[in-house]
Amino acid sequence: MTSLRSRVRQVAEAATTPLVPADFLDLFAPLRAGADLRGRIEQVRAETKDAATLVIRPGADWVGHVPGQYVRIGIDVDGVRQWRAYSLTHGPRADRRISITVKAVPDGLVSHHLVHGTHPGTLVHLEQAAGEFVLPPGGGRFLFVTAGSGITPVIGMLRNLFPATDEGVLRPIRTARHDVVVVHVAPTRPDSIFIRDLEALERAGAISLVPRYDDVHGVLDVEELPALVPDLAERRTFACGPAGLLDALQEFHDAKGLELFTEQFRTARVEPGEGGTVSFTDGRNVVADGSTPILDAAEDAGVLMPSGCRMGICYGCVLPMTAGSVRDLRNGEITTAVPGESGAIKIQTCIHAAAGACHLDHA
Amino acid sequence: MTVIQKKSDNPIAHLTREDIEQIGVELDAIRQEVIDSRGASDAAYIRRVIKTQRSVELGSRAVLLFSAFPPAWVLGTAGLSLSKILDNMEIGHNILHGQWDWMRDPKIHSTTWDWDHATPAEQWKRSHNELHHTYTNVIGKDNDLGYGIMRVDEDQPWVPRYLIQPVWNFLNACLFEYGIAAYDLELGMVLRRKDTKNPVFRANLKKVRHKIRKQATKDYLVHPLLSLPTGSFVSTLLANATANVVRNLWAHSVIMCGHFPEGVETFEKRSIEGETKGDWYVRQMLGSANISGTKLMHIMTGNLSHQIEHHLFPDLPSNRYGEIAPKVQALFEKYDLNYCARPLVPQVYSAWHRVVRLSLPNDWLDSTTPRNVPEQLTKLYKMVTGTARERRAIQASLTRAARARRAAADEVLAA
Repeated sequence: MTSLRSRVRQVAEAATTPLVPADFLDLFAPLRAGADLRGRIEQVRAETKDAATLVIRPGADWVGHVPGQYVRIGIDVDGVRQWRAYSLTHGPRADRRISITVKAVPDGLVSHHLVHGTHPGTLVHLEQAAGEFVLPPGGGRFLFVTAGSGITPVIGMLRNLFPATDEGVLRPIRTARHDVVVVHVAPTRPDSIFIRDLEALERAGAISLVPRYDDVHGVLDVEELPALVPDLAERRTFACGPAGLLDALQEFHDAKGLELFTEQFRTARVEPGEGGTVSFTDGRNVVADGSTPILDAAEDAGVLMPSGCRMGICYGCVLPMTAGSVRDLRNGEITTAVPGESGAIKIQTCIHAAAGACHLDHA
Repeated sequence: MTVIQKKSDNPIAHLTREDIEQIGVELDAIRQEVIDSRGASDAAYIRRVIKTQRSVELGSRAVLLFSAFPPAWVLGTAGLSLSKILDNMEIGHNILHGQWDWMRDPKIHSTTWDWDHATPAEQWKRSHNELHHTYTNVIGKDNDLGYGIMRVDEDQPWVPRYLIQPVWNFLNACLFEYGIAAYDLELGMVLRRKDTKNPVFRANLKKVRHKIRKQATKDYLVHPLLSLPTGSFVSTLLANATANVVRNLWAHSVIMCGHFPEGVETFEKRSIEGETKGDWYVRQMLGSANISGTKLMHIMTGNLSHQIEHHLFPDLPSNRYGEIAPKVQALFEKYDLNYCARPLVPQVYSAWHRVVRLSLPNDWLDSTTPRNVPEQLTKLYKMVTGTARERRAIQASLTRAARARRAAADEVLAA
């Protein structure tokens, strides 16, 4: 049977070369088993004025997720493929759909596109769910500290623990040993994604909610936590939010010897500069100025580089840049590779100069 | 045609250094406008063309399963020819140029794409993108000029073997994909230098053989076998061969129109020493020729009908060439340069005329009239059979006769 199947595959490959059979099957069934993992956006639902929930039907090979995990989504914005990670905001659903909730952040190319410019029917690229930000089995006493869109992985966990139905929030037997406090930080109440869900959970007695709105309570200082959550020391803390808050929490918990699990999505960005160090896979570093093509700088330093026309037309010199920024010497345009977001970007080394530190996947 | 530097009426003699640099600045600005507006609709375009090509290929191959039935043969062969042409021209050629790399789609990228063609993408990219596009129309540097087998310039001394170059050219057109594969291998030079043991050549040759084997297995074995149940083995094989030849003839014709028609300039090797970006742009402007026509014509030629725009900006998405063509043409007019564009048939005729004219000794055609045909043929015969010295003597008489005819024609005009 296996040999028959592999025979059929061989014939199909021989019949479609230089394409592969999948290239043709993708025309009809992009979500089939065996295809690259994709998803079709089925619904875009506004949550607040700048946040929306996207319900996605994942391809047949989606293996599922644990609440609290995230999924990496590849979507074309202005024709350019971009990758971002978003928390899954529903526990595993009976209809096998997944959902993410996106807040349009300032200058957020992808988040703006997802919230305001995405239509049902759009195909996106997916990776399998990943992430360690999940609840341990067996219940316990937990504190969630969430800020802004940091609520998204937590709402995924809470919805899974306490499903909402037409009759209200359920408290299944399996959650009897879960004791949950949520400290939720947001600029204002209307800015809070999922605030109605959190309040409903609180009313049902499933969680204790401690909302902290900047406009009402002032900006949260982590030193206030023991006052807000008196039994803090008996709880395991799960926090998701901006880097500043997470760093402060880490310091606070370390000082008190408390357990802290964190999740953060926005990677720190480096502003592009003039020139910089170009690093290569084999560990070599080449210092290049802002007006010399990386190709020339690397060759002068003795790195064997692929090259061609040396004027930006033949694409014979392209190398994958996995991190950092480069500047196109012809028009000043900056290209930035962010690990986990852009993926490796293949750049023409003959017309790009380093614009800060950058790493090329080339030995 | 003569290299531009030796022409009595050099068409760029009137350009100052400042003019040339200003042309560069203006062309850079045209390029930037496209880069700035490149986006979702362009991405949708190339995906639409790819989807169309794949659907047409699938449909045609399905119809050809019944190719013993003549209407199915005709329909399937036409569809497959169309699909192969789209694959090579608007899709393969342009993706391999890096025109769509900006989308960061790993499947539609110059470093991962392969096409329905005998030559492996990697080798083609080097000989085409790097050598041909950098050294466009520089005699001795750009092997696209005559593919190393033809006489393309009056300054190349005529020898009798050039007489059959129209035949070579036609054969090359029929087998174009293999011609390109041989050309990418620099097979002619390797054979001349008896360098066939060279390890780089051997490695490349292995890749070409592998690619040709896969292509041939698909078209001449797998699909005919799949058609066997309807008794269509031979007819499918013939259909696939026909589609390959149609694609070859079409690609050859389009590509011949790009740099071969009368009115396109060639350049001396010396002239590109210390060339600036402006000089390079001017060489691309004068070294290329366009085919005017409908939108369908542009798509079928892979927008190589906008050869001038393509050579100025080889990495701009092909669907945008049409939109910048009027701006480029206006620039030609502003600087009083010849924008060589004709419809397909005159352009193909012009290119073939040049192949035929250069297959004959210089001035032979020009000095031939309906009345002196027998004498001219005798002269040609003597040039073929005679010594180099006799050839030179007859050549001189041909040149004198042609000059006299031109002078007489000028007098008639003046009168």
